Amino acid sequence: MSTTQETAQARTRTIMYREALNEALREEMRRDPKVFLMGEGVAQRGGSYKVTTGLLDEFGPKRVMDTPISEASFVGAGVGAAITGMRPVVEILFVDFAMLALDQIANQAAKFKFITGGKGKVPLVLRTQGGVGSGLAAQHSQSLEALFYHIPGLKLIMPSTPYDAKGLLKSAIREDDPVIFIEHKLLYMTTGEVPEEEYSIELGKADIKRRGTDVTIIAWSHMVLRALAAAEKLAEEGIEAEVFDPRSLVPLDKEMIIDSVKKTENVVIVQEAVRRGGIASDIASIIQAEAFDYLDGPIEILAGKNTPIPFNLNLEKACVPQEEDIIEAVRRMVSGT
Amino acid sequence: MAKYSKAMLAGLYKTLYTIRVFENSCIKLYRQGLIRGYFHPYLGQEAIATGVCAALEKDDYITSTHRGHGHCIAWGGDLKKMVAELLGKETGYCSGRGGSMHIADITAGNLGANGIVGGGIPLGLGAALGASIRGERRVAVTFASDGASNNGVFAESLNMAGAWNLPYILVIENNQYAVSTPIEEVTRVSDLYKRGPGYGVESVCVDGNDVLEVYQQAKEAVTLCRRGKGPVLLEAKTYRHMGHHVNDPGAYMPEETLAYYKSKDPVKIGRKYLLEMGKATEEEARDIEKAVEHEMEEAIEFAVTSPEPSLEEFLKEV
Ligand SMILES: Cc1ncc(C[n+]2csc(CCOP(=O)(O)OP(=O)(O)O)c2C)c(N)n1
Ligand SMILES: [Mg+2]
Repeated sequence: MSTTQETAQARTRTIMYREALNEALREEMRRDPKVFLMGEGVAQRGGSYKVTTGLLDEFGPKRVMDTPISEASFVGAGVGAAITGMRPVVEILFVDFAMLALDQIANQAAKFKFITGGKGKVPLVLRTQGGVGSGLAAQHSQSLEALFYHIPGLKLIMPSTPYDAKGLLKSAIREDDPVIFIEHKLLYMTTGEVPEEEYSIELGKADIKRRGTDVTIIAWSHMVLRALAAAEKLAEEGIEAEVFDPRSLVPLDKEMIIDSVKKTENVVIVQEAVRRGGIASDIASIIQAEAFDYLDGPIEILAGKNTPIPFNLNLEKACVPQEEDIIEAVRRMVSGT
Repeated sequence: MAKYSKAMLAGLYKTLYTIRVFENSCIKLYRQGLIRGYFHPYLGQEAIATGVCAALEKDDYITSTHRGHGHCIAWGGDLKKMVAELLGKETGYCSGRGGSMHIADITAGNLGANGIVGGGIPLGLGAALGASIRGERRVAVTFASDGASNNGVFAESLNMAGAWNLPYILVIENNQYAVSTPIEEVTRVSDLYKRGPGYGVESVCVDGNDVLEVYQQAKEAVTLCRRGKGPVLLEAKTYRHMGHHVNDPGAYMPEETLAYYKSKDPVKIGRKYLLEMGKATEEEARDIEKAVEHEMEEAIEFAVTSPEPSLEEFLKEV
């Protein structure tokens, strides 16, 4: 159990990731009438992954809106509504389709506060989901977080558990800067505990999902689950891995990363996205700059292959880091071979 | 309506029936777990791909959609390579890399299905542009549905095609839904052909379940384009016979509406034309059906026994 959860209230419930997101939306919409949702199928269908189920019934069609397939314009409309006082939560079905709205994200939402000399606010949340599923092929499987990470002016959140999903989405909605909130299609049905009581999680605070002393495995989103599974197997061999989940990639909790590295002296970074130009490389460069003397050896990056995701399942599997890859990388590192 | 030869009607019926059998057979394979991922059946819309492609010539171009099996078949696609692709096999159209949403037959002018709604619209526009620059008499046809008509690329491409007089036919298969969202809830005027005149684009609307009506209008559109009088916006009204994809029960589709469109089944209408206008016998129609069913069985056999793509080769590529 994660450190954050240990300190949370004792009374908890077990819910699914998608239910956690639903609760966050519902609670924030009840709290603040300025919060409204729009996206393809979010109202009547309750969302393709059932995240917005029941919200139309409770909040009505003015606050839960089905859009046409007009990504550029409904994201842009989200920006426009945000700068004039609303708190829109806009859903894009797959992060792959966020590419249709890049101008609105990169040139409008991300720039507005800066170019208005800090006077303009953009309290917009763009919820989307990414990653490899099971045979969804090249245009429905991408991990594109590095694109958003690269653009100053955006916050970037990628939760791995129901607890984090709920707490971080609530904070994202209250945030005054635009937040890109990327879920993972393989996480929606996973379960975890959340407190009975209301809570939120500060953006920019990392979480240690498993404590260990021998190696720090940094992973986010679905890769956290692979890292945890790998850590359990490694424990049987006497290797204690610390599984470190930044949760928030922008802002990034550098301090907590460095603390973990100083403790374990070994680092493996696991990212589902393709290796080239990825966030893992950037995190590695931060660690080298700030904790080089503590490292036992080179940082290892496990990442997706530099290729579009193939349809065939065997090929697909070979494109993203698997549990066995993590185990092998840690073994190599700890044994020093 | 003009009169068509028996051979022509038999050809149209064969295509309609092939699409029907292909989709039904592959849905079975899907349910058996042999096909993974997204599968958007073309059931109910067969007359549109069939009628439009029959009006085209071999060196024309088409672009397709996520609901693309029908376009590929009507374009003369090889069922073996199609099933193999759905099964992710090395012998498939895209060597198992693409799957249902990406089947393409580039050398034959089928520029591919597309996982991005509206993604094919500018691609078709560009194919028409290239043909026009090279001074060829080729035409490019983009298939898209009502959902795609609300994406920016629809307006931008229609405008450019008009401004540049391109030999471009934009076919909107208005099946009245984008997943579960009815077209009339996301646009004021759900007769989508009415958007063409604002761009100065010749625009027509047809019964998308009637293969001869589709063919006739497509033929006229092609003639206009070849004379340099393009583009054309062709709306074909239709309805799916099932949900958005194989795992969508389609609970939002009113029973009466579905029943109405099933009573106007494009495959049955095509058969009726063959028997009545073409004066074919019941037995001749059955012969066509048997041949198609046989071809389908062979395609499945081919695909099932085909090898998986080699992981080693793939890793060398990446
Ligand atoms: C740009 C984009 N947005 C959203 C989607 C998700 N999506 C896939 S199919 C579909 C509905 C498409 O509706 P329509 O264009 O009418 O085609 P139909 O399914 O009716 O053939 C949606 C929203 C997508 N693939 N691409
Ligand atoms: Mg449609």
